[in-house]
Amino acid sequence: MRLWLGLTILGALALAAVSAPWVQAMLGADPFNPDLFKRFAPPSTQHPLGTDDLGRDILLRLLYGARVSLSVGLAVALGATLLGTAIGLAAARSGGWRDALLMRVADGMLALPTLPLLVVLAAVDTGRFGLPRGEALSDIIRIAVILVIFGWVGVARLARAAALTQLSLDYVAAARVAGASERRVMLRHVLPNIAGPITVATALAVAGAILAESTLSFLGLGIQPPAPSWGNMLGNAQEMVFAAPLAAVWPGLAILLAVAGCTLVADGLRRRAP
Amino acid sequence: MARLIASRLLQIVVTLAIVSALTWGAMGLMPGDPVDLALMSDPLLTAADQARLRTLHGLDRPLHERYLAWAGAVLQGEFGFSRLYSVPATRVLWPALWSTLVLLGWSLLLAATGGILLGIWGARRAASGRIVDGFAILTQSTPTFWLGILLIILFAVTLGWLPAGGTADTSGLLEAARFLVLPVTTLALFNIAAYARHSMSAMQAELAAPYIRTARMKGLSERAITWRHAFPNAAIPVVTIAALDAGALVSGALVTETIFARPGMGKLIYDSIMGNDYNLALLALLLAALVTMLATLAADIVQRLIDPRLAG
Repeated sequence: MRLWLGLTILGALALAAVSAPWVQAMLGADPFNPDLFKRFAPPSTQHPLGTDDLGRDILLRLLYGARVSLSVGLAVALGATLLGTAIGLAAARSGGWRDALLMRVADGMLALPTLPLLVVLAAVDTGRFGLPRGEALSDIIRIAVILVIFGWVGVARLARAAALTQLSLDYVAAARVAGASERRVMLRHVLPNIAGPITVATALAVAGAILAESTLSFLGLGIQPPAPSWGNMLGNAQEMVFAAPLAAVWPGLAILLAVAGCTLVADGLRRRAP
Repeated sequence: MARLIASRLLQIVVTLAIVSALTWGAMGLMPGDPVDLALMSDPLLTAADQARLRTLHGLDRPLHERYLAWAGAVLQGEFGFSRLYSVPATRVLWPALWSTLVLLGWSLLLAATGGILLGIWGARRAASGRIVDGFAILTQSTPTFWLGILLIILFAVTLGWLPAGGTADTSGLLEAARFLVLPVTTLALFNIAAYARHSMSAMQAELAAPYIRTARMKGLSERAITWRHAFPNAAIPVVTIAALDAGALVSGALVTETIFARPGMGKLIYDSIMGNDYNLALLALLLAALVTMLATLAADIVQRLIDPRLAG
């Protein structure tokens, strides 16, 4: 029930993101270029949600923003899951001081206030690494990398705990007796059996990444305008909250739906697990 | 217990050292340095002036050398000057810390009491549990900054009951409270979900335990069963959440303070990083990290005090 509700919400958002160019062609409105004669236009057939302070169509910006926010969410979740699972499995397998060190690092990172550190990292001049600021794609890559740096921790702890449980079971001993290498034990026997909790962690990572991206963009450090992201649309809307209060409602609603969708999927998956 | 505290304090010191070095490195990678900013406000500075200023402030030395000099000074209690505010960094730091602690304290109180009451109510019946679950998913998914903006639109723009941001000019307690209502509500609503969910599942687990059935058979009232028997046991996981969420609370404070223009630690960190104010940014970041980690440690100690099984 939860799982399907969550998947429906996410599916609808993904569909909206994909359909952006068609909707644009249908409405004949412009989401990117300012049109100062049409500032703060009220909702109409051409602009179903009205226009913003530069006369750009809000609905179209929401749809294009969905592409940015969802792709950051997915990229971060993928990166954090791969890195976190690898680190968690490595810690569980090696044990001893390596395990202790990795887990102390994870503990330390969990105890730190994340957002202030994200602000520091997001303010770094990535032009020096060949990632110019203000270009949508390089902004997406920059934010995704920063969020993965903090995102792997939760997955790694979960993967390690689940792997330790599996490693103590008889089938692992049986596989070892049968002559399986350590690598084979971890990848072919343990990994499939901890896929459940890892999927839950991935769904939660998508939710966390979407929230974090929108927060950074809201603060002006994430995706830079004119490229739309739900976060920077909200940051923009806050400045004109007296002139156009409704413009602040839609992007937040979109974030809420996306995050709630991921949370519902995670909850649903967790309940299904035995 | 003494061993736990000692090892955790050591861990905190090591973490602070690593964080300060990494942050210093990251700030070295930020665009521009203080002299560039001075140049922007006074284009008449000549190249010779720039070079002289860079030497004066030590900006011509390599990054790691500057870090070691900074760390040495800090260890001797020299925290340096804030470039943005032109006063010793500590003088801006303490009022900001106090302002944030007031915000966090009230929000935490509101979130914990509200969350626990919701959790206990939700554990009573399946129907109320579903309502609490839905409420938790909703508030957890709401971005803090959006909630803040919505509250501003409703209470400041439309109704005009409360100020949209800032702090009180006068020192009246009531006036200060008026400025606190919206930020505290914003931060508390974001954090209430975790408390509600965890206290609900903890209460559900306790209420299903055999000792509760015994208490019922003895003829105790539901109220006594809830508060005297189940709740003290269910409270332990709730304290764990308080321990785990200290970092999230500080992160939330940064956003809340930015929206409501409150001069606290969060806004100070943001402004000083944006303004290339090395001394202040680092100190504020480290202080925020230190307070968070000490809060986590305190929650862990409380947890062991109320649950003797953990002390072992």
